[in-house]
Amino acid sequence: MKRFAQLYKEVDSTTRVLPKVKALVDYFREAPDSEAIWVIALFTHRRPKRLISTIYLREWAIEISGLPTWLFEDSYHICGDLAETISLVLPPPTKYVSHPLSYYFQQMVNLRGEDTEVIRAWILDTWDSLPHQERFLFCKFITGGFRVGVSDKLLVRALGQAHHIEESDMAYKLMGDWTPRDTQLQDLLADDQSANIARPYPFYLAYALEKDADDLGDPSEWSAEYKWDGIRSQFIKRAGEWFLWSRGEDLINGSFPEFSGLLDLPDGTVIDGELIAHDPLHADPIPHPGEFNALQKRLGRKKPGKKTLDDNPVTIIAYDLLEWDGVDLREQAFAQRRELLKALVNNQDNSLLRLSPIINFNDWNEVRELREGARKHGAEGLMIKRYDSPYRVGRKKGDWWKYKVDPYTIDAVMTYAQSGHGRRSNLFTDFTFGLWENGELITFAKAYSGLTDVQFREVSKYVRANTLEKYGPVRKVKAELVMELAFEGVHLSSRHKSGVAVRFPRIKRWRKDKTAAEADQLSTLKTLIER
Amino acid sequence: MITHGHSDHARGGSKHYYSTPATADIMRYRIDQDLDISEYGYADGFEKNGVLFEFFSAGHVLGSAQVRVSYGGESWINTGDYKVENDGVSGDFTPTTCDHFITECTFGLPIFRWKPQAEVFSEINAWWAANAAVGELSIIYSYSLGKAQRVLHGLDTSIGPIYAHYTVEQINAIYKRHGAKLPQTESLTDLTAKTADPTGIIVAPPGLQDGRLVKALKVKHDAMASGWMAIRGIRRRRSYDKGFVLSDHADWPGLIQAIAGSGASSIYPVHGYTEIYTRFLQDQGYNAKDFHLELERTT
Repeated sequence: MKRFAQLYKEVDSTTRVLPKVKALVDYFREAPDSEAIWVIALFTHRRPKRLISTIYLREWAIEISGLPTWLFEDSYHICGDLAETISLVLPPPTKYVSHPLSYYFQQMVNLRGEDTEVIRAWILDTWDSLPHQERFLFCKFITGGFRVGVSDKLLVRALGQAHHIEESDMAYKLMGDWTPRDTQLQDLLADDQSANIARPYPFYLAYALEKDADDLGDPSEWSAEYKWDGIRSQFIKRAGEWFLWSRGEDLINGSFPEFSGLLDLPDGTVIDGELIAHDPLHADPIPHPGEFNALQKRLGRKKPGKKTLDDNPVTIIAYDLLEWDGVDLREQAFAQRRELLKALVNNQDNSLLRLSPIINFNDWNEVRELREGARKHGAEGLMIKRYDSPYRVGRKKGDWWKYKVDPYTIDAVMTYAQSGHGRRSNLFTDFTFGLWENGELITFAKAYSGLTDVQFREVSKYVRANTLEKYGPVRKVKAELVMELAFEGVHLSSRHKSGVAVRFPRIKRWRKDKTAAEADQLSTLKTLIER
Repeated sequence: MITHGHSDHARGGSKHYYSTPATADIMRYRIDQDLDISEYGYADGFEKNGVLFEFFSAGHVLGSAQVRVSYGGESWINTGDYKVENDGVSGDFTPTTCDHFITECTFGLPIFRWKPQAEVFSEINAWWAANAAVGELSIIYSYSLGKAQRVLHGLDTSIGPIYAHYTVEQINAIYKRHGAKLPQTESLTDLTAKTADPTGIIVAPPGLQDGRLVKALKVKHDAMASGWMAIRGIRRRRSYDKGFVLSDHADWPGLIQAIAGSGASSIYPVHGYTEIYTRFLQDQGYNAKDFHLELERTT
């Protein structure tokens, strides 16, 4: 734990990448395998499940610190991090007993399901045994969430350097459904790639095309497809079993059991595609995704019932083939992979799998027009891919581009404000917005991001001076400020007073030039609904 | 009646001032050389219209004082800013009794607990030594009045040379005149990336972060010394590599200790988390009132 605390300190005390990688490499070269495996797990979101609800942790911290509950909560609100708050308010430890990192995680696993009293005794004793920095880390382990400025990518790079393994190979080795408890580091790093039949390939991610499409050169070298608004997924069929992975490296078989219907696919098949809510009303050749909300409903259920399955059908729109007949195709050209994929999808008759159509075009002007019309097809723009491109690892520029439609925008009036959390607890950062209908402002969206710190301060000043009513942390303000909101889509919603819901709203700019009366009507927003 | 020389506590524009001799020197340097100031040492009480005024050391910065005002058997203390740990250059905090205690509470939350100064300085010196070992210049940002001198006092001069910003050097001179022991510093004014000794450390006010000077000197490692650095989110937000938790204000236990030591029946928290701290004191059975002074919070 002490060595890990040192690593944490080094990583946390710099904002630059190179020193972080160096600290991690040093750590991986020094630490025993049994410790390193837990650090890898920690930074790749594979730590054990939470041992106990944070409600208990708060209760115990309050009890031991002797603070009134409200004071603990106020301190937490200002500090912004529960683990940090707990470790700061506890009295200094009376002893120092530092175990290996693996001990703390093993205990978290072993004590799961034990009596609360047993768990309490262990946690309290640990709190009393560790100095501040190590105690903070321990609290981070048991409260969940461990964001300390080390991304998966950074970890992969450092681990690769420490073990002289190429970065993309390292990423591949770390993917999949392994747990630190029953995995040896040497097995994870071993050359045998077939050891884990569930293991997906790292996704190739595209950048947004910022420059002009003409700059991509000869249009005949490029393909265009719609960019579907679903969940990027990899479907794997190997050794008689199937696995569905989301881009976040989550195995999502449980939420989407219907894909067992694709077990007929030959072994050694890996398909890259978009998992979308399937709208049966729209027929091929252009699949039309249903509402993203339906997909969210499905994603939230780990074991969906029959009704959920029937009411929210899904499908995979396939756009790439990464493995065929057990052979890794990623070095082949996209055009070749695509031919194999086409044959594969056309060869089966199953609504669970469709082919993402390639859209023909002759010049870039045509591409721009296609993009503008993308929303009609339920897509958020186009994907432009070079025909001769390999399937790369991670986010790389050059071969694949996202070509998204500009977001919708509307001018709305701020009606409520709420203060932020942690570092922003002294500012109002969460706002509610309304649009006009019959001379009344109807709430339709909340937005948090998009203003600069200076603007947040200015708005906060306005909120303090123009509060009409207070409801706890929420304030009703004089409806005067107009903001231009950007959003990705709009659909009918019975849950919202306005009757519509917008997707991913954010503040585009502050329209200081407009008065509240000049903001948009709700009816204008409703004309944007595409059905 | 001035408690100490920080600009949110000492302003120009008054016809006459009362302060300790060190605070008077600081004001003359920072505000106006010709200020009309009556100087009184700690415990040198003086009377005005039958009211007794006394200064007691506050341990915040050089010359800082709590002011006790007594009349007709009733006494009030205004602490100004204070800390209870002796930092070696700002004097002791002298616990003093009164009936009414007006106390600062800049860090009036239980998440603020300072480590002993010696521990913080061994961290600072270890950081500096590690940077010096790889031949890379360090900079530590600290307010030019008080924090900078405290940092200088704690630096291990065997590691390398210390460069001080002009505003820091000016205050150093006043400290030295009043008996503080500070290490030798070199001026930052004409220093360039070529002439700077890479094993050195720069002590400069926080206003210089991202300044031209620092960029020109190609400083690789920057750190901030402040009580706010106790909170990880604040430290990262201000994007310093390193944050050392070093404050010239009382921490949570310090505030509580000072209140107990005053023996006062009424407490009036000002500056900082007054609402929360007042409520806490009321919970503890104190007669506490939030003054609601509309003053900017200092750091």
